Amino acid sequence: MVRQSLTEEFPVIWLQGAGCTGCSVSVLNSASPSIKNVLIDEVIPGKHINLRFHSTIMAGAGDTGIEVLRETHQQKKGSYILVVEGAIPTAQGGIHCVIGEEGGKAVSVVSRLKSLGSNAWAVIALGTCAAFGGIPAASPNPTQCLSVEEALKAVRIATPVINIPGCPPHPDWFIGTLASILLFGLPKPEDLDEHRRPKAFFGALIHENCPRRAYYDEGKFAKKLGGPGCLYELGCKGPVTYADCPLRHWNNGVNWCIGSGSPCIGCCEPGFPDLVSPFYEKMTQA
Amino acid sequence: MGHIVIDPVTRIEGHLKIEAVVENEEVKETKSSGTLFRGFELILLGRDPRDAQRLTQRICGVCPTSHSIAAALNLDSAFGIADKIPDNGRIIRNLILGSAHIADHILHFYLLAALDYVDITKVAEYEGTNPPLNSIKRFIERGELGPFFPRYEGDYRLPAEVDQQIVAHYVEALTMRRKAHEMLSIFGGKMPHNMAIVPGGVTEVPTIDKIASFLWRLNELRDFIDNVYLPDVLTVAEVYSDYFEIGKGCGNLLSYGSYELDGKEADLAKRQRLFKQGTISTDLKPGKLDPDKISEEVKHSWYASSSTGRNPARGETTADTGKKGAYSWIKSLRYDGEVYEAGPLARLLVTYASGEPTVKGLVDSTLAKFRASPSALFSVLGRHAARALETKFIADSMPGWLLQLKPGEPVCISYTIPEEAQGMGLMEAARGALGHWMEIKESKIANYQVVTPTAWNGSPKDDKNQPGPIEQAITGTKIRDEENPFEIVRIVRSFDPCLGCAVHLVTPKGRSLGEFRVS
Repeated sequence: MVRQSLTEEFPVIWLQGAGCTGCSVSVLNSASPSIKNVLIDEVIPGKHINLRFHSTIMAGAGDTGIEVLRETHQQKKGSYILVVEGAIPTAQGGIHCVIGEEGGKAVSVVSRLKSLGSNAWAVIALGTCAAFGGIPAASPNPTQCLSVEEALKAVRIATPVINIPGCPPHPDWFIGTLASILLFGLPKPEDLDEHRRPKAFFGALIHENCPRRAYYDEGKFAKKLGGPGCLYELGCKGPVTYADCPLRHWNNGVNWCIGSGSPCIGCCEPGFPDLVSPFYEKMTQA
Repeated sequence: MGHIVIDPVTRIEGHLKIEAVVENEEVKETKSSGTLFRGFELILLGRDPRDAQRLTQRICGVCPTSHSIAAALNLDSAFGIADKIPDNGRIIRNLILGSAHIADHILHFYLLAALDYVDITKVAEYEGTNPPLNSIKRFIERGELGPFFPRYEGDYRLPAEVDQQIVAHYVEALTMRRKAHEMLSIFGGKMPHNMAIVPGGVTEVPTIDKIASFLWRLNELRDFIDNVYLPDVLTVAEVYSDYFEIGKGCGNLLSYGSYELDGKEADLAKRQRLFKQGTISTDLKPGKLDPDKISEEVKHSWYASSSTGRNPARGETTADTGKKGAYSWIKSLRYDGEVYEAGPLARLLVTYASGEPTVKGLVDSTLAKFRASPSALFSVLGRHAARALETKFIADSMPGWLLQLKPGEPVCISYTIPEEAQGMGLMEAARGALGHWMEIKESKIANYQVVTPTAWNGSPKDDKNQPGPIEQAITGTKIRDEENPFEIVRIVRSFDPCLGCAVHLVTPKGRSLGEFRVS
């Protein structure tokens, strides 16, 4: 017997476009709450994320899975959250990325985005590919990838979009944004920066909080990888990248990019990768 | 005659479609087709060669570590420093890769494969005190069962208490694979997309606190592998033992070898590695690996026929979208003109045939449990068993490597980017043989080819009309219920395909959406 529940269910559809599944894997790394807490338990008391479609973890395959998209689109109109991972290829009607079939015809992810995006309560563009185009949209952008926001704007769909960039994004940035929506509703304009990123996570430059900042101020620059000193002259993009990595650290606080001696590659910025590469060359203007 | 289309095949990495023609309950023909293209090769052209290492690992967020190492080996070889990587750099690369393989294999068995065998609804009957199981029971009672429903029905065979136990382990596996990534990031900086592996070595320096922290995280994972993961694979194998007979595949296996035991040999085909380089078939006769014998055939792929049969070092990718008889964007990767399967089974058996004592012990004792011969390993369950056994072999090898690290010694060396050079990087991703090839001109990337495990396993028919390994594994299989084709998805998932990896290079032109459907 299925008991009537007082828990509020928040249906979530997770669509994968031109991406690498790295955003999903990063979210699986969420430490507290754990991914089990997020999917099974009430992530906030009385509120449960019902992840109806996610092709990497869902039980169903083929049409069994696609039916869930149809049903959610029709029956949960205006109440589901659409998470999009990956950029949206638009060349030649979007044939470069296809998810399932309708009536025997392959359906592109750009077409799925239009249909699911128009009925969603909100869209979370997760990861730099979805938020800004990322590597698939890098020059020469072979499949004419757009960001989620651009792809929705092109067809005049006004569903609110929240960008959570990062290659991959930190799990806390996603879970934190989600929890905030469950508790307080959609973010207010002042909660987001000019690129629609939550200021709570993307409010300061890496450079502002970098533990190697003192080296920079004293002009002590590392000359080779693996050594001490500021990594600026080895190509670090921390001075132009907004994210709280230096404070939050990655993988349950174990380490982070600059912590491991590697220059920041600017993966949270709209210009990633073209405007922040060559990765190992000093920026011409900070 | 039935026509089964599974699109998308879920619980794999990326976008895959499988079509099977069924007659008298038996699959007569199979076609596998990838449905995402990003054009990585074009994006890489003209860039700083070093950036290939950062960019290509982003081909795949499930196995980025493998691409980051294949790219680093490729660049090491192009820069002429393949035999000069400091031991600390070589060992830390091994430790990062080992952590990734442990995470990947745990993820594969529990998150990707187990739901084909384990019925999560049996937890509704659970009466015990295990907190995770009781929270899943409450979850089931709430009635919104995403992402565990809907699903195929009709062939869940485990007794309720075994189902419940493996569901509890599924929850534990979520934590364990996360912890393996945390272990990785001690030396890798972060995961997915580690930052520490670079051409010339690594950027993270070993210190005693990192070594100790890594060791005890590793020991916790080894405990899980020995006492939970391996026993669960054997439990499933006992109940679904017919899957030792299902999904045999092409019967030829190929391994590039992986985990560098020696940094002084520049030739990757000859270097001392934990997993050995070579080929092996059902007769268990080992063959030497010769990278020149690798070729890409395109008769049934949407590429110009003039480019067929080339070695990846001279690879070419010219789309021919109107080509008759073509049905895939994946090229047919072949070795010496024959079909070969890549993956954990390949590297385990190639290493077994080399006489490596630990692997021999692991394989022989497992076969003895099932009173089976090595030929039983060429199957759905054989692939799962090989994956679990090699997880143990890798994890048990890592403490020794950790103790070889020398704090204070260098982790990487300097180099100059040559004006003109060629490179090759061969290694083993979680799902099999992975190769990166490149050409540098005027100190920029002039050509970059990534040839992946799923380009072996998921390949279409070749120039001689021989179907690829996954196609061969499915064709001939009895399908009990066309509405719930468990057999097909179990076979496909046993290969752990990775489509983001397999179809990233191409730039198709001029196919309409309607024509895209293969029928």
